Amino acid sequence: MKSIFRYLGINVLNLFVFLGKMFLFLTEIFYCLLIPPFRFKNLLRQIRFFGNKSMIVVVFTGAFSGMVLALQGFYALNKFGAEALLGPVVALSLIRELGPVLCALMVTGRAGSAITAEIGIMKITEQLDALTVMAVNPMKYVVVPNILAGVITFPLLTAIFDVIGIYGGYLVSVHALGLSEGTYFAQMELYVDMEDIRIGLYKALSFGLLVSWICTFMGYNAGYGARGVSKATTNAVVLSSVVILLWDYMLGAFLL
Amino acid sequence: MKRENLEIAVGIFVFIGIIALGYLSFKLGKVNLFSTGAYTLYAEFDKVGGIKKGSIVEIAGVPVGSVEKIEINEKYHAVVSIKIDSSIKIPEDSIASVRTKGLIGEKYIQITPGGSEQFLSKGDKIRETESSIDIEEVLSKYVFGKI
Amino acid sequence: MIEIKNLYKSFGKQEVLRGVNLVIQEGQVTAIIGRSGGGKSVLLKHIVGLLKPDRGSIFIKGEDITKLKGNKLDQIRSQIGVVFQGGALFDSMTVYENVAFPLREKTKLDKNVIHEAVLKSLHDVGLDGMEYKYPAELSGGMRKRVALARALIGKPKIILFDEPTTGLDPILVRSIHKLIKNTQKQYGFTGLIISHEIPEIFEISDTVALLHEGTIIEVGTPQEIQESDNIIVKKFIKGIEQGGNNETGKS
Ligand SMILES: Nc1ncnc2c1ncn2[C@@H]1O[C@H](COP(=O)(O)OP(=O)(O)OP(=O)(O)O)[C@@H](O)[C@H]1O
Ligand SMILES: [Mg+2]
Repeated sequence: MKSIFRYLGINVLNLFVFLGKMFLFLTEIFYCLLIPPFRFKNLLRQIRFFGNKSMIVVVFTGAFSGMVLALQGFYALNKFGAEALLGPVVALSLIRELGPVLCALMVTGRAGSAITAEIGIMKITEQLDALTVMAVNPMKYVVVPNILAGVITFPLLTAIFDVIGIYGGYLVSVHALGLSEGTYFAQMELYVDMEDIRIGLYKALSFGLLVSWICTFMGYNAGYGARGVSKATTNAVVLSSVVILLWDYMLGAFLL
Repeated sequence: MKRENLEIAVGIFVFIGIIALGYLSFKLGKVNLFSTGAYTLYAEFDKVGGIKKGSIVEIAGVPVGSVEKIEINEKYHAVVSIKIDSSIKIPEDSIASVRTKGLIGEKYIQITPGGSEQFLSKGDKIRETESSIDIEEVLSKYVFGKI
Repeated sequence: MIEIKNLYKSFGKQEVLRGVNLVIQEGQVTAIIGRSGGGKSVLLKHIVGLLKPDRGSIFIKGEDITKLKGNKLDQIRSQIGVVFQGGALFDSMTVYENVAFPLREKTKLDKNVIHEAVLKSLHDVGLDGMEYKYPAELSGGMRKRVALARALIGKPKIILFDEPTTGLDPILVRSIHKLIKNTQKQYGFTGLIISHEIPEIFEISDTVALLHEGTIIEVGTPQEIQESDNIIVKKFIKGIEQGGNNETGKS
């Protein structure tokens, strides 16, 4: 009995330590953001890493999400005789929910895990120490460019995802299900508001910050050895995914 | 050389992303940079079931504006603020009515222009209105033989 | 001049440094020898402020760097070059970029000047033509030499070497030692070398210190160390196994 409390106590304490470290890390990032020098080249490199190299994944998942949405939406709407609303259903689901969330999950799997591993390895092979010793702040040199790249690329990737998804849905609705092209787009334009797009963008922005924050943090605090890095990577992906879904719900509840 | 490649790659990505964003906001979000502006009219209805913010306003089947706001006044009537494209002039004896597309489709506001030479300007009220026809009401009247 | 005063450091229950006292004279090369796992690398990391001691202080030019933070610490660090035990090369950069890094970051030198300097220092460590390889494509010894070139290129006032020659063949050991000695003569940096190369290390150092069980038990010229009466020193430099060493003490 006593040992259960002890066990719980230690875990709760560890949780607090973890949360505290996470937030200190974030404040340090913001602090570094305010003070030059800015690592423009590293930022470009990370944008390429997050953005260009995730595009193929995003295009594929976007296209298929749109197609599946059209197919399933058609099935459901058909029961009410409201097939005409397929366009708005596809577009709204993509723009408000699936675009930001799926895109964030895909990029976490592709790029987030990689930056955790990279930073983790830099830590255990003393590359971060080497930077520190050369009076180059590794937070500025390695972490901040990743955070900025996340915040910049996520909304753009999400927008690409949405558009590709809408055209994927268009392919299925118009060419496979026989909806008229005019109906698909006209209804969509009618029902989608700037508000919806803004919500999607807010989500994507915050996911960008969350994912890059969690992934860099995990790498920066990786344990030693290959095992430490692999554990950090797994944790980063799992935590990012859970936080994405949780935050998506919370934002949805706030913004609605 | 290498540096240039990096910049070009990032440039391409950002360009595509912004195009996608632009497509969403201008085509679907209806942000209109070259907006000719719009003016607001009011219309008072007994009942506006089904009309919401953003509902379409049509003249002769052509969208000319949208519903901006719905409020209720001291007479417990619904007051709808309608934004009309400034290129469209509405005669002061026009009629605004709540209509339905299809049987259970969406509601919209139709404006039937009158013949007057006087036009409504910003902040004016469309005096003649027709409220929505409640299908349930019609049906029940029919069923219970009141018609 | 670097002055280490009464430095203590433990990791958990393991006491690694137990009151280290050492003076590293300006413009000289000081070697630290000692058993593997004895805390030499830990001591070195304290000197550049990568680790904070539990107790004690380290004065570099009169400033206690264990108390410094941020910019002030960075100012001192920019006068120090470090060769890490594992090399710590940036594996996302080529050999060339690695070696050029300190100059690109800390100086406003012209591109061409940097280019010349990088080629020269790679030549000095015998790595001509390796500029565009990545660290992962090099042998262990080559990586060591790139790390050495990177530490030397900025001509820092203090250079700390953590086993710069371990893992190199005997010919390279000598040539690297010669390189260190020659550069030291040329512009007179203060050097600290951690090394297991006995007796070669005696040829290039002005002072030798033996770190044993968390303290410096003997300091002297190479001559003095080699002729020391201290039984531990004697056994260490002759490579004789003895009771109570670090390795068996732990298990
Ligand atoms: N970050 C750390 N966390 C916990 N223990 C550490 C850490 N760094 C070093 N140690 C411990 O400190 C002791 C001394 O390590 P150190 O690396 O200084 O040895 P060393 O004298 O450099 O040995 P070698 O000659 O093999 O490089 C070791 O027992 C090691 O386990
Ligand atoms: Mg060591």
